[in-house]
Amino acid sequence: MTTLADLLLIVVILVDLFALASSRLGALIRIVALQGLALGLLPLIAHHEQLTWRTAALAGGSLALKGAVFPWLLLRATRQDSVRRELTPFVGYTASLLAGVAIVGAAFVMGSRLPLPFPAVSDLLVPVALSTTIIGQFLIVSRRKAATQVLGYLVLENGIFVFGLTLSVRMPALVEMGVLLDVFIGVFVMGLAVRHIQQEFDSIDASQLTHLRDLP
Amino acid sequence: MIAPAAVFLLGLALAPLTGGLIVRVKSLAAGRTGPPILQPYFDLARLWRKGTVRSTSTSWVFASGSVITAAATAAALALVPAGGVRAPLAFAGDAVLLVGLLALGRFAMVLSAMDTGSSFEGMGASRETAFSALAEPVLMLVVASVARASGGLSLSEMLGPGLPAAWGLHGASLALAAAALFVILLAENARIPVDDPATHLELTMIHEVMLLDHSGPDLALMEYASALKLWIFGALLAGLAVPVRTGWEALDLAAFLAGTAAAAAVVGLVESSMARLQLARVPQLVVGAGALAAFGVVLGVRA
Amino acid sequence: MITILVAAALLVAGGLGAWLASARPVVAGRIGLAAAAAGCALGTAGAAGAWARGGALRLAWSVPYGELHLRADGLASLFLILIFPVGLLASLYGTAYWKEHLAPSRAGAAWLFHNLLLAGMVLVVVAANGILFLLAWEVMSLASFFLIAVGDDRDPAVRDAGRLYLVATHAGTAFLLVMFALLASGSGTMDFPAWERAGGPAAGAAGFLFLCALIGFGTKAGLAPFHVWLPEAHPAAPSHVSALMSAVMIETGLYGLLRSLGFLGEPPLWWGAALLGVGIASGILGAYFALLQPDIKRALAYSSVENAGITAAGAGLGLAGLSLDQPAMAALGFGGALLHVVHHALLKALLFMGAGCVALATGTRRIDRLGGLARRLPAEGRLFLVASAALSGLPPLNAFAGELLLYLSALSGLLALDGPAALLPAAAVAGLAMTGGLAAACFARLAGIVWLGEPRTPEAAGASGTPAGLRRPMTVLAAGALILAVLPAAGLALAAPAAAVCLAAPPGSSPAWEAGRAPMMWLSAGAVLTALLAAAVWRLRERRPARGASRTGPTWDCGYDLPSPRMQYTASSFSSPLASLFTWIPSGRVRGEAPAGPFPVSASYDVEIARPFQERIYRPAFASVARGLARLRWLQHGRVQLYVLYIVVTLIVLIVRLLVAGETP
Repeated sequence: MTTLADLLLIVVILVDLFALASSRLGALIRIVALQGLALGLLPLIAHHEQLTWRTAALAGGSLALKGAVFPWLLLRATRQDSVRRELTPFVGYTASLLAGVAIVGAAFVMGSRLPLPFPAVSDLLVPVALSTTIIGQFLIVSRRKAATQVLGYLVLENGIFVFGLTLSVRMPALVEMGVLLDVFIGVFVMGLAVRHIQQEFDSIDASQLTHLRDLP
Repeated sequence: MIAPAAVFLLGLALAPLTGGLIVRVKSLAAGRTGPPILQPYFDLARLWRKGTVRSTSTSWVFASGSVITAAATAAALALVPAGGVRAPLAFAGDAVLLVGLLALGRFAMVLSAMDTGSSFEGMGASRETAFSALAEPVLMLVVASVARASGGLSLSEMLGPGLPAAWGLHGASLALAAAALFVILLAENARIPVDDPATHLELTMIHEVMLLDHSGPDLALMEYASALKLWIFGALLAGLAVPVRTGWEALDLAAFLAGTAAAAAVVGLVESSMARLQLARVPQLVVGAGALAAFGVVLGVRA
Repeated sequence: MITILVAAALLVAGGLGAWLASARPVVAGRIGLAAAAAGCALGTAGAAGAWARGGALRLAWSVPYGELHLRADGLASLFLILIFPVGLLASLYGTAYWKEHLAPSRAGAAWLFHNLLLAGMVLVVVAANGILFLLAWEVMSLASFFLIAVGDDRDPAVRDAGRLYLVATHAGTAFLLVMFALLASGSGTMDFPAWERAGGPAAGAAGFLFLCALIGFGTKAGLAPFHVWLPEAHPAAPSHVSALMSAVMIETGLYGLLRSLGFLGEPPLWWGAALLGVGIASGILGAYFALLQPDIKRALAYSSVENAGITAAGAGLGLAGLSLDQPAMAALGFGGALLHVVHHALLKALLFMGAGCVALATGTRRIDRLGGLARRLPAEGRLFLVASAALSGLPPLNAFAGELLLYLSALSGLLALDGPAALLPAAAVAGLAMTGGLAAACFARLAGIVWLGEPRTPEAAGASGTPAGLRRPMTVLAAGALILAVLPAAGLALAAPAAAVCLAAPPGSSPAWEAGRAPMMWLSAGAVLTALLAAAVWRLRERRPARGASRTGPTWDCGYDLPSPRMQYTASSFSSPLASLFTWIPSGRVRGEAPAGPFPVSASYDVEIARPFQERIYRPAFASVARGLARLRWLQHGRVQLYVLYIVVTLIVLIVRLLVAGETP
């Protein structure tokens, strides 16, 4: 039986796959925001019987950050960028997509073998967490643009968030806050840096950064 | 009790209607009235009565190509259930035979195109084989996903009375399969965003360009085979996505026909609202559908 | 059983006779052909008997551990049923082919190795003793090596291909030696039935032995990544030898693999998964590389890699079914794999013979230099095109039946299993479909560019009929394929006893037949329905009330005024949309000059097809081995005395060691 929580988790994976196949930055930023929204709703649905003000506030904060602030920052940062598409990535979109399918499959195989201390809300939780983290890392490694890499970090963070959900509502609060802060600073700095690099060098191809060195 | 043979004859008779319906939806979306819905029938009848002009480059392959394509696609139709109503031929593994017969029809069409020695037709043949080589695994994954969810090995079982229960248990998996099937419907039937059935710019075409040297009854057979293929995909999609299995066959059949009409309407709306994809992006679309179907299978098998 | 032995002896004797008569080529050819034909005819009868009744023969043999133990169970007799008739047809074709293509002085040697190859293959599949098996294996490998080289050993390409084959086949045999030695040391015998009864070696060793079998037999079967010799050797060999090698010799690799699985006991799941993975990889890579090749026979050779992959994938499904305790999946997997072996043997022999006809009629095998042959060689064209469609796995032609059983095996596994294990058959479904799609593209290209359209060169335009001696064996093969297309159940009945051996089914039962019979019957119905529909449509079209007349004219081609055959789509442009999807497989280097300016004067385009496995993996590996061994070169100096000294020192060291250890061997 497919529950609402399952449905949200399926959306999370579909976003993962879409992120691997998409070359348009704008669409990518929005779809990752959608992933953040789905995940922000998840604790409210999954743990609604133990809902406290604190978890509600946490979920609300996460929703606001991932659903509104991050996309706004990123969209603003990339707005001036003349090239709205990702440059030719290190791994092509079709190959990325196939790799993504393989990752999801492997995550399900691994997830079924990973013992959990207590039953999770959904048996999809662990596979989704694994595949989202790995696909986030895959995005960071395989893409050229700084903005896409930031989105990879966001996907990675979403994966960690799902991992947190496997434990319970209260426990990960601190962890989640820490990670969220990290990513927030990361996105903020990256957003600024991207704009400045853009203004300075007319390009935000991160692989060009290797040329920035003191020695000839 | 509706005889399975009636399902087959119904498909043979109604297949060209789908194309007419799509054109009508597109016209309405563009604010025009458009040609009559029955126009495809008139076209087929007109072509059928004409004489043929065959290229001097062609051999027996061209002469038999259109016949084989039409016959293979018609034989494939015999395996397709009309929603909950069984198909005349139904056995374990008939879905594989269906995919194979469609591939036979395509193979004959590709060889006919290459038999003319035309570079345009060679180009269409090359693209058609490339995209269908990618579409075939996706289609088989859809079959696998639906088989897993419904527990049947033949199409008539898969889409049979157990389907509503399967939607309840494996709804996500079946929805992903249906989405992938829709993309394959677009790709395999030369619809926008993969191919444009209305274009007359040879360099951008896939399916139409293979038929440039077909005329008269040869062209009619090829066009009819395309209509049958569109009907087959529409019927599979409607059978999967409209799980109305009341047990009253007339009602089920009506729901199925409404489903195919709806599928045609959706195709028409997609065609009205989207642009053709760059050719290099088509594989991405098909592989994306494959990713959906594969994810559907993964969701379906979790214990 | 004795009939088969006599047939093999007849083959060897005839070969030797032909060789002795080398001075008179006509006589040598006659002796060779007579022995091959008689041996194969006799053997076919014997094989049919063995298939129906089984058979065994034990004779003492004065070799340590050796015994002339021959056995024809279901598995062996299926391969005998392929080897003898295909051998017969290949010999008939070879007589006509060698008449055109072979220096008369070579006739004796050619027939010797041809008949030795046949006898070697026969002995490989009936041997029930490890020593005998390895001996036959070696005879088969060496005979085929000489057959590759016998045509034209001055041609460097042929020489290189032969050398590569020799190295590859012996590298494979090395793994087999290790496996057989370990099995023998564990059980103290080289007897196959004894190994089968023992129920497998210790658990740890079994996995290692499985890998040895996979690599050793996989090399012969042409499974990727051990296939590198195959696309080189097949084009270099004469066409009927390619047919023989591709249709039956590489299948002995599969036979060996299936046979040795019986020695290894209960299979763990990873064996099936590994075999399935190797099979799917071979299928996809083989079909993909076949799509790129500029040479007909090379493309067909890669298609053999693809089909070996399909067969291995089926065996992998069967093995996985055994370890997962899914009897239907196992039965359909092995049944489908063995049925596919039968179909592939018929079709690939036919296709290689067809390629030989093309080469003979036009003098070239380059796909881009051909075209329009269907109107110049109509009979050959009909056979080749239908066989192409069949080997693409299209229904209602014969090869579809085997693939249907494989899909059914995977689907029934998918339905019965839960959790991650079910992903294995699901991956098989996707992989098989990908292989099928690529194979269809590959054969559409071969059929379309070579046979259809207009001839691209004067060679192709001037092609005229080939000797009837070449066409007759092809017609027989096509008739066989046609019968199996209408009656796929007959093929399954043929293969089912072999599958029963793989499944270790109790005698008298035939699980593959039970599981696959119904779909085969339905398939007959589908084939008949398709044929009837085609006939009806044809008749309707001929009888329709037409208003206009039917005319012929030049190809319209969007109104081009002066169409030229050079404007046709070429083989490399045909494959480019798919090739551009697999850019991550290093597949070729493009050389050429793009047209520039509004009125380009010159432009050129050439693709050199890469051999990534050879260039990226094997060559560096062999080079580093050579570098390592170069350090030992000081041992080699050419002085015989010192070599003798090495031997003496070794002997003394061994004796001293024995004395110190106080043991006696």
